[in-house]
Amino acid sequence: MNPPKSLFEKVWDAHSVRELPGGQTQLLIGTHLIHEVTSPQAFGMLRDRDLPVLMPERTFATVDHIVPTHSRVEPFEDEIADQMIRELRKNCDTHGIELFDITTGHQGIVHMVGPEQGITQPGSTIACGDSHTSTHGAFGAIGFGIGTSQVRDVLATQTLVMNKLKVRRIEVNGELRPGVYAKDVILHIIRTLGVKGGIGYAYEYAGDVFDRMNMEERMTVCNMSIEGGARCGYVNPDETTFEYLEGRPYVPKGAEWDAAVERWRSLASDPGCHYDDVVVIDAADIAPTVTWGINPGQAVFIDEAVPDPAEAENDAERASITEALEHMQFDPGHRMEGTPIDVAFFGSCTNARLSDFVEAASVLKGRKVAEGVEAIAVPGSQLVKAECERLGIDQVFKDAGFEWRDAGCSMCLAMNPDKLVGDQLCASSSNRNFKGRQGSATGRTVLMSPVMVMAAAVTGHVTDARRVFESKPEVVA
Amino acid sequence: MSQTLPPIRRISGQAVVVPGDDIDTDRIIPARFLKCVTFDDLGPQLFRDERFDEDDQPKEHPLNEARADGATIMVSGDNFGCGSSREHAPQSIHKAGFEGIIAGSFAEIFFGNATTLGMACVTLQPADLRELQDLLTSNPALDVTIDVEALEVQAGDRIFQAELPSGARQSLLEGRWDPLTDLLAAADDTKALVEALGYHNGMRGRSA
Repeated sequence: MNPPKSLFEKVWDAHSVRELPGGQTQLLIGTHLIHEVTSPQAFGMLRDRDLPVLMPERTFATVDHIVPTHSRVEPFEDEIADQMIRELRKNCDTHGIELFDITTGHQGIVHMVGPEQGITQPGSTIACGDSHTSTHGAFGAIGFGIGTSQVRDVLATQTLVMNKLKVRRIEVNGELRPGVYAKDVILHIIRTLGVKGGIGYAYEYAGDVFDRMNMEERMTVCNMSIEGGARCGYVNPDETTFEYLEGRPYVPKGAEWDAAVERWRSLASDPGCHYDDVVVIDAADIAPTVTWGINPGQAVFIDEAVPDPAEAENDAERASITEALEHMQFDPGHRMEGTPIDVAFFGSCTNARLSDFVEAASVLKGRKVAEGVEAIAVPGSQLVKAECERLGIDQVFKDAGFEWRDAGCSMCLAMNPDKLVGDQLCASSSNRNFKGRQGSATGRTVLMSPVMVMAAAVTGHVTDARRVFESKPEVVA
Repeated sequence: MSQTLPPIRRISGQAVVVPGDDIDTDRIIPARFLKCVTFDDLGPQLFRDERFDEDDQPKEHPLNEARADGATIMVSGDNFGCGSSREHAPQSIHKAGFEGIIAGSFAEIFFGNATTLGMACVTLQPADLRELQDLLTSNPALDVTIDVEALEVQAGDRIFQAELPSGARQSLLEGRWDPLTDLLAAADDTKALVEALGYHNGMRGRSA
């Protein structure tokens, strides 16, 4: 009998090419994803050393970070953006790499394209020059973000130098209260364990709440593992996983599908396997959560007050709270409820999937964006956008006064023209509230679930969506 | 094909303290500077929005002080380099002349990216880090050494015990911090492993 192992260990061991001096592992990367911003320099490094791409069929590309979402007319207004996108096309063409370009109808944020196409599969190792590669862990894959030199390494060798991670099992048991979403769960986990709590760990999400979540909700949670310091986070593959994947373009078909499912099932963590740490959270303790500061761990339940530096436990915490309050222009003890917003951003690889749009549209229908609020809805992929349009969801957003955009990362990191201006405050369904993150050095970001963004958009302030949407809309479109 | 890299045993020079915990990569290099196809021009953009206001006027920041001129070592707090995986962050620090970073802890992706550039990223115990920061605040001209071999940080006559994961330490000492040559050497093993791993064969459908 083999000793019981976690999924992480099984996948790690299976992909270990060899141990390197110093105890690091040369790890095979089963699937490599690239985009226009962190890959051109890597291809340049290959050219400098006259190296080919070792396994071009194991790399997939799309454009997301810099691509404009308001107009798809080429050449793009931003010359450098245009150049970077052309560079990606050229590199993919030269090396025979599949590119999900705008014209394919399958373009989107790289962490949406992988799952949609069935490229993201259980038990694989997935790397991408983007920290939110942890998203793919929702499928029981080990996905992690890498730098550009490592993109080069994967292109040239299909491997990486990695240190083996420890595994922390995070169980959320019981039932979530109504109006509490996957986003609230991960914000609560990060708040509880801290933004550096996950350094050195892979997070295994388990328990009733994750068992019941659909794949898109699991992706929301795994996506933000890195915000808690964990380079990857995963959920063990189960029937929900297989149901989502079956029939997608890149998964095996027929008898090969059956064999794959059997193999994937065997990769789930064994009962009684070793965990380096276990954290148990009661689902009933989680309420709709919003951030108040400048990192994703600085969060409160919507009915709580933000901290007072005077009550900090140590100097470092005091300095951190003071800096955050100063940037956010909040007083100690401020209540997030009622904080006026300037912008509502609904998008990003955290929360711009079909189920996010369905849920958001169900509360938005018949309501209007508050006067003075700039609201944009950015589907994460062209497929999500098309499906929303088929279902009439785009009309709900347009009728409410949202701008309805094309797929991309948009105002999550503001590399394209979608940016905050000055000290605007943005209710955002994205993943980072760092200073300057949304394109203005003094801009302010409040992270929350899509439904909470809808509540903020229609009332003009940060508020409890449960209360806003308990009654029928007053304004009928 | 093989690239010979110099071993990195110790780094000495002037140090500059960038105080605070959780200094993220968006702060180190704002996203708008990621619009580039090479890393060459990133040095001057380091901490751009912390150092300059919206009218490009310098703000109060340690990197804008005279003492930062020619500094080779950066000293910061906990969880340095958290957030995005952008290599542009360590590249901008490196291109601005820094060869080593001393912190309370490092975010993982940043640490790997920085090590691959040959930067020594060592951590100190909280009390030692505080003392080092205080020493540098009162005596900015103090020479600091990161001794990768001895796992020490020396500042004047003070010596602090430093930490550096063994893999990274060894790769710096042996001049193997850029791993590409090592990785290329195992190409045959890699191909054999791909063959052996069943799921790879199931990944078809380029035109499905």
